[in-house]
Amino acid sequence: MLRSRVARVALAAAVVGVLAACAGGAGDADGTGGPGPATPSTADALESGTITVFAAASLTDAFEELAARFEERHPEVDVVLNLGGSAALAQQVVAGAPADVFAAAAEPPMATVVDAGLADDATVFATNTLELAVPTGNPAGIAGLDDLAREELRIALCDESVPCGAAAATLLDEAGVDAAPDTLESDVKAVLTKVALGEVDAGLVYRTDVRSSGGSVEGIDVPAAASVVNRYPIAALAEAPHPAAAAAFTAFVTGPEGRDVLDRLGFGAP
Amino acid sequence: MTAPQTTPRAPTRRRPPRAHGGLAWPVAVLAGVGLAVLVLPLVALVARAPWGELGELLARESVLEALVLSLGTATAATGVCLMLGVPLAVLLARAAAWPTPARRLLRAAVTVPLVLPPVVGGIALLLLLGRRGLIGSALDDLFGITVPFTTGAVVLAQVFVALPFLVFAVEGALRSTDRRTELAAATLGASRWQVFRHVTLPLVAPGVAAGAVLCFTRALGEFGATITFAGSLPGVTRTLPIASYLAMQTDPDEAIALALLLLAVSVGVLLLLRDRWLPGVRG
Repeated sequence: MLRSRVARVALAAAVVGVLAACAGGAGDADGTGGPGPATPSTADALESGTITVFAAASLTDAFEELAARFEERHPEVDVVLNLGGSAALAQQVVAGAPADVFAAAAEPPMATVVDAGLADDATVFATNTLELAVPTGNPAGIAGLDDLAREELRIALCDESVPCGAAAATLLDEAGVDAAPDTLESDVKAVLTKVALGEVDAGLVYRTDVRSSGGSVEGIDVPAAASVVNRYPIAALAEAPHPAAAAAFTAFVTGPEGRDVLDRLGFGAP
Repeated sequence: MTAPQTTPRAPTRRRPPRAHGGLAWPVAVLAGVGLAVLVLPLVALVARAPWGELGELLARESVLEALVLSLGTATAATGVCLMLGVPLAVLLARAAAWPTPARRLLRAAVTVPLVLPPVVGGIALLLLLGRRGLIGSALDDLFGITVPFTTGAVVLAQVFVALPFLVFAVEGALRSTDRRTELAAATLGASRWQVFRHVTLPLVAPGVAAGAVLCFTRALGEFGATITFAGSLPGVTRTLPIASYLAMQTDPDEAIALALLLLAVSVGVLLLLRDRWLPGVRG
């Protein structure tokens, strides 16, 4: 069986892990990320603290940049991003995760949060459409949506429970393509990674993902995708630990500077 | 080194009540909290379960598909672990006579997957056997075989995480056996294989059984390495834990039903085999 030394080491590691997790939790709950000199230059100073933004995986690059810019303008606020599949994030919010802002890749996950009474005024701030992503050099010679039906190819799609999967299902349905996926991932970045690694021949991702991949995947335009548009809603949450900062961040994303960043990364206007 | 430390203590070995008296209160309180940490989440799972709709939830095709896949792959993984793990345990037990660095290296190699986050295991497997992996690229070029995203990949991921459990269980049993029996058999003219097959193996059978149970339950619960290396496709690679994780995003009731199912199978296997096999392990 486990040698006792191994068992002890494992136990010690587990204890340290639990303690670290507890400490981290307590820190977040406190949310005072250092007072920081309040320098109300261009914007009104907000209460200092850390706001937690739950955002769809497809918003990774956009929100990393937006968070950095927001922090520049409000040095008293730290923005922590929790990026993942919109559906999972919505469930976490409903389960009581201490989030201040939620931004989803489609309206159904936001509806889950609104229906639970945890947000009331969601604003659509961006749109996105799907595109085929293939590994650099397109080794399988993918030309269009029809190729997703080829059994001999490795295909990755998002699971239908997440927005990119729901959009993919609609798109494939409208195009009359009976796709033969080999894996259904729980968020769009997982599909993108499998394409970039060359483990699959093609995947359906957002066109912004192809653009943000830095050349590790190639995009193939799908004309039919123009009609399947994902609308991204954002809302400051009703039980946000830092309501003022949450509202300010939401306004920042939906405002001109947010639009600027989103435009540049390939997101469509609402 | 006798029994696996993780096996439940047998009622027969319980000490008389008097021996339990006089626990210092900090010990008693912390032990109580420790027990609560282990038990309360499961109590919540059972309490929150949608008992009324459980029948309907469990009869869903997605649930049955995941159950069949999980039982099948975990059984296959246990079989592979038995085939590879018993010889590896013998090697490990015999390594006592090796020079220290070699012995430690061998032991570390078997221990690392045990302490490694399973996701890391999944990434490592992908880099080895993926299409552009160390071995995977050759497999793809020469034979057109791609391992990831297949049921075989699920089994491989499970073997990677579960094998050490079996190896250490069997090794523990081997170390506590009396080597003189084997020597006697050898003196009487038995070949090495005959000694292994007719003397060593029967001696450690209880350890092998205990290891196989641990191995099976660990394989059944495998998540991180599987989703990273094998992906997630219903009926092919979407095992119970993955199905439960995904269901949690959209249909928490189904997720809870799946979790209950997983809990029932794991505990069931433990109980079933404990009465049958595990008492024999205790020396």
